[in-house]
Amino acid sequence: MMSRFIAGRLAATLPVMGVVAVIVFALLRLAPGDPAAILAGDAATPEQIAAIRARLGLDQPMLEQFGGWLWRLLHGDLGTSIISNQPVARLIGDRIEPTLALACTTILFAVAVAVPLGVVAAWRHGTWVDRGVMAFSVIGFSVPVFVLGYLWIFGVAMNLRLLPVQGYVSLAQGFGPFIERLILPTLTLSVIYIALIARTTRASMLEVLGEDYIRTARAKGVREPRVLTRHALRNAAVPVISVIGLGIALLISGVVVTESVFNLPGLGRLTVDAVLARDYPVIQGVILLFSALYVLVNLGIDLAYLLFDPRIRY
Amino acid sequence: MTALDQAGAPPRPAPARRDWALPPALRHPGVLFGLAVLALVLVAALAAPWLGTVDPVQLRPRLRLRPPSGAAWFGTDAFGRDVYSRVVYGARVSLMIGFSVAAVAVAVGLAIGLVAGYVRFLDAVVMRVMDGVMAIPSILLAIALVTLSGANLLTVIVAITIPEIPRVARLVRGVVLTVREEPYVEAAIGAGTRLPLLLWRHILPNTIAPLIVQGTYVCASAILTEAILSFLGAGIPTEVPSWGNIMAEGRQAFQLAPWVILFPGLCVAATVLAVNILGDGLRDSLDPRLARRVGSLR
Amino acid sequence: MSTAPVLDIQGLTIPLPRVGDRAHAVEALSLRVAPGEILCVVGESGSGKSVTAHAVMGLLPPILRASGGRILLQGEDVLAAGRARLRALRGSRMAMVFQEPMTALNPVLKVGAQIDEVLEAHADRLNARERRARVLALMRDVHLPDPERMAGAYPHQLSGGQRQRVMIAMALANDPALIIADEPTTALDVTTQAQILKLMRELQARRDAGILFITHDFGVVAEIADRVAVMRYGRLVEEGSAAAVLRNPQDPYTRMLIAAVPDAVPPPPRPRPAPVAPVLATKALEKTYGGGLLGRAGRTVRALDGVTVALQPGETLGIVGESGSGKSTLARCIARFVDPTGGEIRLDGEDIAGLSVRALHPHRRRVQVIFQDPYRSLNPRRRVGPSIVEGPLNYGTPRETAWARARDLMDLVGLDAGALDRFPHEFSGGQRQRIAIARALAMEPDLLIADEAVSALDVSVQAQVLDLLEGVRARLNLAILFITHDLRVAARLCDRIVVMLNGQVVEEGETAAVFANPRHAYTRALFAAAPGAHRAAPAASGAAPALDDVP
Repeated sequence: MMSRFIAGRLAATLPVMGVVAVIVFALLRLAPGDPAAILAGDAATPEQIAAIRARLGLDQPMLEQFGGWLWRLLHGDLGTSIISNQPVARLIGDRIEPTLALACTTILFAVAVAVPLGVVAAWRHGTWVDRGVMAFSVIGFSVPVFVLGYLWIFGVAMNLRLLPVQGYVSLAQGFGPFIERLILPTLTLSVIYIALIARTTRASMLEVLGEDYIRTARAKGVREPRVLTRHALRNAAVPVISVIGLGIALLISGVVVTESVFNLPGLGRLTVDAVLARDYPVIQGVILLFSALYVLVNLGIDLAYLLFDPRIRY
Repeated sequence: MTALDQAGAPPRPAPARRDWALPPALRHPGVLFGLAVLALVLVAALAAPWLGTVDPVQLRPRLRLRPPSGAAWFGTDAFGRDVYSRVVYGARVSLMIGFSVAAVAVAVGLAIGLVAGYVRFLDAVVMRVMDGVMAIPSILLAIALVTLSGANLLTVIVAITIPEIPRVARLVRGVVLTVREEPYVEAAIGAGTRLPLLLWRHILPNTIAPLIVQGTYVCASAILTEAILSFLGAGIPTEVPSWGNIMAEGRQAFQLAPWVILFPGLCVAATVLAVNILGDGLRDSLDPRLARRVGSLR
Repeated sequence: MSTAPVLDIQGLTIPLPRVGDRAHAVEALSLRVAPGEILCVVGESGSGKSVTAHAVMGLLPPILRASGGRILLQGEDVLAAGRARLRALRGSRMAMVFQEPMTALNPVLKVGAQIDEVLEAHADRLNARERRARVLALMRDVHLPDPERMAGAYPHQLSGGQRQRVMIAMALANDPALIIADEPTTALDVTTQAQILKLMRELQARRDAGILFITHDFGVVAEIADRVAVMRYGRLVEEGSAAAVLRNPQDPYTRMLIAAVPDAVPPPPRPRPAPVAPVLATKALEKTYGGGLLGRAGRTVRALDGVTVALQPGETLGIVGESGSGKSTLARCIARFVDPTGGEIRLDGEDIAGLSVRALHPHRRRVQVIFQDPYRSLNPRRRVGPSIVEGPLNYGTPRETAWARARDLMDLVGLDAGALDRFPHEFSGGQRQRIAIARALAMEPDLLIADEAVSALDVSVQAQVLDLLEGVRARLNLAILFITHDLRVAARLCDRIVVMLNGQVVEEGETAAVFANPRHAYTRALFAAAPGAHRAAPAASGAAPALDDVP
């Protein structure tokens, strides 16, 4: 039963990844205008444009291009940077650590804060606690990430001089300096994620708290904290963990911005630099990586449903 | 609580629900607040030339990075341009992007969702493509589109719209799949109503409320995305001021002149907040059951 | 009565929140339940019986608060108890069994753990091993098979009847003085209902608890009640011993309720015209779910397995069966809402089983369906009139003709023509069902399918809708396929009856003949299980087979 479910979910990710690959491939080829000319910039000579076109393989027949591109992709070859001539895979490898570190601290912090907030808001539905959580959540959705980042820098780092403003220190060089530089980026990035998760937790809990089995638990004389956790939260968990997964998309966008604000040398900075330099192979490589990450995380989350809901089986 | 509902409340007419559900929605405080703020921003954008503004693109090198004062309410930027004027004119671009992205995403998503929900053999294919688009982080997809086709208003709108479409399509498909099981739809089929009329008369009306709600969320999200795209250097060129590119240009001198980011940032936040509150209000008053379908998965 | 009552409700009044057509959910209600007694509180929807039950448990939603009266549980006023005290009372001195065993158990916890929780919350002295032993003993008490294994099962792995047994085991766990059962068998199949009622009587005899049993069904009352209290609009209408109330009801409302329960005795067969060509004939009709492209063998469900039925103009054929019997699938196949996977559906001799959507179109109007849920069978956004004329207009009837006919039909189903301009939400459930009937008749069909068309209605309304269907059949010489789970209802309306089990027809015949002499064991079990059957008609001789409800 279970292995069939897992195999089914795994098989379902393949077409999605295929669609991603086709879209990413098609973007460059089907873009209106001459992408090579746009990538080369305004001051480029026809020779430079032709060089870029040849470099990207745009001068070959479409299907051949796709076949070769996909073949190399499946062998881990993400192409070569137009600017630095380095393999994109290596560029990504050099930059992935800060991004993963920031993503992990953010997810951990956001879940730890948001789930209790959502539970309490639903339990105290209609009170000022609930309204406070909802207000925080709608504000969290509305403030641009970078504005938030600059507010933190302005308040905590510049005026109070409490924390280092920018930069990144690898975990290998000690946990203290590592975490110290991640605090502000994490606080910045997690706001929108907290808003999302708290809101979903609240909505899901509200629905579950209206279920008959919650009334049954109360009719049994079960204590309220236990009603909330054992009976309600476990049933409310599936939408919450699924939004954690879908929220990864939001997180990735936020990472790119946050890294720019706090000068973290991660994939986000790599992307922004590539945008400014019009280094399309790098952008494409990062997109493929992030999309794969998103699909894999959500696959993992689908499988996690098995832990929370015994009814799911196939 | 079904048993209680039955016992406690005798068959009581549901609150009047007419063909068009907006009037009661207009009494919701969130809806009123959101609409009021939005109207204010819209008026400001349209009436920009008469609101004490100066030419928003005029460079005045001698007045660089001046703090807010009676002459320049929001200060000046690194090229000496008046930030207040740029922000007021910038509202035009931001609103234009918000509204047009919402309209196009809703229209296209509706069409795709209807097809997926009602044409069985296309459903799987269409939805896999939608899943694929959703798997690509929206900012990165937009960045790639803008990088490849050059940055101007149209490409930015298209780039922001495409990643929003799958969410709308999934929502519509979900509504269609639920509604088509309703006995009244089967009754209409039994009465010989053919597909186009069936969709138009019995299915489509059910998508209006969720689409209005989702449309406001898309609008909010589009205004934010424009700001982020500009901030990352993939937005509209700075000859036309937008809230995003005003802030992008304030980055370098942030520590010296925080007002260049602060004021447009506040405008983005306030406008997006108003639209989000409007969306929440519409959701609560138009159809509470939407809370989970829409609210949780923006 | 010499012993002090376990439950003594004195002058209970619970106001309704401002809107609504009356001021009180419950008004000046006084009731007593003695130890070892089953008091049935009977009423239709809106009578306040469920609100009363929840008030005793302290489980009312915050918008409903008692404004007067006392609820004494063994002398202690529940209304005056604080939150902690209430929690301590619930599950120990009073316990509740709910209507929907499907939703009343937590889907993600094993049933053993859910029973254990009641013990854990109250009996602090027991350690884990003692509690485990007690859980298994309780599961044996309610006759759950193989308690060791079943304790580790999740609710979705159990049948409806088994789940309700688990609920009862939970209620019994701490030997409460009072058990409240809120329509505990309404959601169950009739054979399962009979077993649960039997279980409750048996436990009652052993434990001496008082039971407050909420129901809408006088058949169930006849089975189980010691005393009866009838409620209407939040007030007590009549109270007395079960025998007295059933045999000699004083209040007209009670008399109406009892009369409205169809007794399981068919009326004498009415004279029928000589057989003509059938309007509907199915032959070896099959519907298999599952399989499909991926070809997962062994996971297919045969919802219909070779069903052959025939129906003449002017005849009402009852399809009787419990959930999962395939009776609704049969209706949906004949109406072609689902595509049969085999066999024939002949309408006036022409097979429509395999017709494409396009080829089917001219035949659609000849078969019309009345659905179970009157709240979902009318488009809430359209006025009644357009809903009724929609079909005729689709088939080219001129607009004026269609509207004139709609007005006539309103008259026929007992509504005034003004109803055409109103929205469905302005009507009660019974009225909506009348509208649905009018909509079906507007198509001038040859065959009317009523798919559990009165199941969602209160008994008094049920009787009126059945009368309407009967009248319509007679006036228009219609054929009616009447799908129901309720033998008593079928007996009242149908000329012939088909009993279905697991997608197959197990019995077929004239209603009176089937009732007098059921041939198949399952039919006999259905008769034996029909609530009220024991007192109303001591028929159904022969031991009913022990049909345990299988998941």
